[in-house]
Amino acid sequence: LENCIGSLSTLDSVTLMYPSSTEFETLLFSCNDWRLSYVNKEFAVCPSYPPIVIVPKSIDDEALRKVATFRHGGRFPVLSYYHKKKWNGKWYRTVIMRSGQPLTGTNGRRCKEDEKLINATLRAGKRGYIIDTRSLNVAQQARAKGGGFEQEAHYPQWRRIHKSIERYHILQDSLIKLVEACNDQTHNMDRWLSKLEASNWLTHVKEILTTACLAAQCIDREGASVLIHGAEGTDSTLQAASLAQIILEPRSRTVRGFEALIEREWLQAGHPFQQRCAQSAYCSSKQKWEAPVFLLFLDCVWQILRQFPCSFEFNEHFLIMLFEHAYASQFGTFLGNNESERCKLKLQQKTMSLWSWVNRPSELSKFANPLFEANNLVIWPSVAPQSLQLWEGIFLRWNRSSKYVDEAYEEMVNIIEYNRELQAKVNILRRQLAELETEDGLRESP
Amino acid sequence: MEHIRTTKVEQVKLLDRFSTSNKSLTGTLYLTATHLLFIDSHQKETWILHHHIASVEKLALTTSGCPLVIQCKNFRIVHFIVPRERDCHDIYNSLLQLSKQAKYEDLYAFSYNPKQNDSERLQGWQLIDLAEEYKRMGVPNPHWQLSDANREYKICETYPRELYVPRIASKPIIVGSSKFRSKGRFPVLSYYHQEKEAAICRCSQPLSGFSARCLEDEHLLQAISKANPVNRYMYVVDTRPKLNAMANRAAGKGYENEDNYSNIRFQFVGIENIHVMRSSLQKLLEVNGTKGLSVNDFYSGLENSGWLRHIKAVMDAAIFLAKAIMIENASVLVHCSDGWDRTSQVCSLGSLLLDSYYRTIKGFMVLIEKDWISFGHKFSERCGHLDGDPKEVSPVFTQFLECVWHLTEQFPQAFEFNEAFLLQIHEHIHSCQFGNFLGNCQKEREELKLKEKTYSLWPFLLDDQKKYLNPLYSSKSQRFTVLEPNTVSFNFKFWRNMYHQFDRTLHPRQSVFNIIMNMNEQNKQLEKDIQDLESKIKQCKNKQSDGVLTKELLHSVHPESSALKTSLCLKEQTLLPVNDALRTIEGSNPADNRYCDYTEEFSKAEPGVVSLEYGVARMTC
Repeated sequence: LENCIGSLSTLDSVTLMYPSSTEFETLLFSCNDWRLSYVNKEFAVCPSYPPIVIVPKSIDDEALRKVATFRHGGRFPVLSYYHKKKWNGKWYRTVIMRSGQPLTGTNGRRCKEDEKLINATLRAGKRGYIIDTRSLNVAQQARAKGGGFEQEAHYPQWRRIHKSIERYHILQDSLIKLVEACNDQTHNMDRWLSKLEASNWLTHVKEILTTACLAAQCIDREGASVLIHGAEGTDSTLQAASLAQIILEPRSRTVRGFEALIEREWLQAGHPFQQRCAQSAYCSSKQKWEAPVFLLFLDCVWQILRQFPCSFEFNEHFLIMLFEHAYASQFGTFLGNNESERCKLKLQQKTMSLWSWVNRPSELSKFANPLFEANNLVIWPSVAPQSLQLWEGIFLRWNRSSKYVDEAYEEMVNIIEYNRELQAKVNILRRQLAELETEDGLRESP
Repeated sequence: MEHIRTTKVEQVKLLDRFSTSNKSLTGTLYLTATHLLFIDSHQKETWILHHHIASVEKLALTTSGCPLVIQCKNFRIVHFIVPRERDCHDIYNSLLQLSKQAKYEDLYAFSYNPKQNDSERLQGWQLIDLAEEYKRMGVPNPHWQLSDANREYKICETYPRELYVPRIASKPIIVGSSKFRSKGRFPVLSYYHQEKEAAICRCSQPLSGFSARCLEDEHLLQAISKANPVNRYMYVVDTRPKLNAMANRAAGKGYENEDNYSNIRFQFVGIENIHVMRSSLQKLLEVNGTKGLSVNDFYSGLENSGWLRHIKAVMDAAIFLAKAIMIENASVLVHCSDGWDRTSQVCSLGSLLLDSYYRTIKGFMVLIEKDWISFGHKFSERCGHLDGDPKEVSPVFTQFLECVWHLTEQFPQAFEFNEAFLLQIHEHIHSCQFGNFLGNCQKEREELKLKEKTYSLWPFLLDDQKKYLNPLYSSKSQRFTVLEPNTVSFNFKFWRNMYHQFDRTLHPRQSVFNIIMNMNEQNKQLEKDIQDLESKIKQCKNKQSDGVLTKELLHSVHPESSALKTSLCLKEQTLLPVNDALRTIEGSNPADNRYCDYTEEFSKAEPGVVSLEYGVARMTC
């Protein structure tokens, strides 16, 4: 049972890109709690959602349509991640859901279906956490524009926590400042440090990581389900939800799992890549839609990778490659702002998928982490400022030679490969010797 | 021990330094003659050497007991809560006494006994031979000779007995020059670059005041420049900021006037003095000790401390030296005020850039012995070994180690040793466990009879060298002969593993370095195993071909083959754990307690109770 949904929430990128509904249905056949919904088949209910989403089984499509009108951009709560953990001999199932903000407005509008939907994910007597990625202040201000947040009175089983992840032009400003600081080699030490500080980049990294850790903590430590949203639910929401999965789910730390995560939690989830990744650092921060949201996510992954260098199947180059392709690519994968646009552009027919190229063995070998040792652990990163670092592979890449560091990396790979060779050789020789000795024994016995 | 009143206190709490919710471990605190020991309920031991204690502070009584905060010179900070105030007071008073000794003879080195006999101890002291080192550099030679002027410490008390000077500099010139230099520290050879025939020399500031000159000193400098057959002009590098050097003139000291010396090019490089460095480190540590530190506070604290600026200044000065020699083929004379702090930093780091020998384990020991110990860096005063003037304490040597660490980061294959080696040396400049760093100059060390009464650190480090080897070191790469580090500001990072070496929650949870180190070790073992197996297979095959011919022979061989079998089984058994060790996630060396086991680390990283109060989850990590 759990396996079905568990595997659903970490489906292979290929299946998700070309979903065959029968396959899904057989998977879900025996699952009690969740179902696939085709309510968005024509992208009519939510233009930024994919045609197929996973929702609580007890909520029908009609209710979903109603909930969609109550959530920003029609982004009704959907399943993002399904987690199970054994505690004192019992299995606990918890989920991460994500959505847009509720449109409560100033007069405290409510929506019974919405309340029913998210309560349907809780087990009897259990509480859940709503992580709002905006500060309480910002969330309150949103009410004036028709947005808002869940009122305790209407969601008594849920506890709301506000974290503050910055968005849009603030992030864009931050990137511009950081890149400017990194590109000027004449800065003296004080100026460099003050510019690095003023860019606030690592502050954003810390905020995002902290929020993701919090969501993961609710799931793994509290055994509570989580609903994450900010305003639109297309930026900070996705950062927090996907990073929480990196922390919790070993599969998302493999190449295929990470590709699936990006496919599911960024592309299908409707992160507007075309708007966010148009010009990178070299444009005015007044560009309304430009923001390095995805780059910040990759940076956070890199920070975790640095702290757990053996827990990821891929290396830093894989992340850098994704960064590059998100901004400019010969593949169709990152084009458009959501599935609906990609469908209209007929990208599946007209362009190649990045994954089909990356997953070729010759390419994959470049991105393999030689230190990878699969583990099933939840990995808690340190978010202390002393533990976070500037991502040199991205920001200092063209500003200095990395020759010696690259050579050292090669040497490390050599040592690891040599080790494997030697081990294989020892095993062969041992078998050979054992065979010789049994032959010996056989000959002697008569 | 007369200072110890209470030797054991139970139910003491050790607080987590960075936990905002006062997470703690409960255990028993023991006070021994040399260490403070805390054993928690998981039997994990925390040893603190009395000499490592920089300060002890008793805070105001709380409901749970009396807080005792101990700051160590190796950047460990522990925060105990002792249930009864009287116990706390006793421990506090004892530690105050024990951590600040009045006499050298009371230091740990004089009682430390690693169970070696006299000849072993003497051999240990002879491990590093500076006369050998000068020979390795290529002196004496036609231009440079050993001077006996200071044989009895008559000219300069803080210099070693054996000094190398230009052959054409006569004794009267040396004596004359020494009278014109602060503390008599006249210009002598620090490093000789054989290929370029250029030298790094060192001295203290001249007593020039506003206009004084000294012909002998001018002659000596000329002799140094003449000792370089390729380039006749030399650089005189004053490592102080110009303003400081000028201020010194009012006190009858100062710097060289270019007009009075022929063929010199004078240069300031602007490294700050010991007091600035001391307060800089203090500021850095204050910022880092803050609970719940924000990224911005961290970086503005880092900037305000000026620490990385100072590190960069030292590095830039060393690069200046290396360039003068490599590019211009010019000799360099380095001084600061007394020529034992900044001068030691710059000369040793310059030599390290130029000569790959100093980047080996043994070579690095030689470098420290030469430019720091023998030339009179005042280790005892700078490290506060005795209860002395706190204004003399300064992290000058720590800065040198940090510069070396920055180089290892930029050139990961150029050094035979690893970070643990640097940390270990740092540990021992303060530990007073070995004699090497006691005292302030060679004369003082001889008077203390350190070679008879204490042990040398180096042989112990060398015995343990497996722990300190850099698995990526490539000795063959001649391209690393001269290091040319990049000193653009963004290359300088905060050295977390030094300043937070005991705060493991801040460290990466898996160490690439340890894994590679273990793998390297394992590879050596595997190579041996392959040889063994191959020879056994050969034997077996030979035996079989022989066996076909003579059955009797085979029977006589039979016992041996069973012995062979058992030895093979043994081999398999010994090999297995190595494989297993590799499979665990943190492939750390269990003996190296600095990097503790991954799983243990893991359980520590997990919060006991999760509270989500105030809407902010406590991150345990």
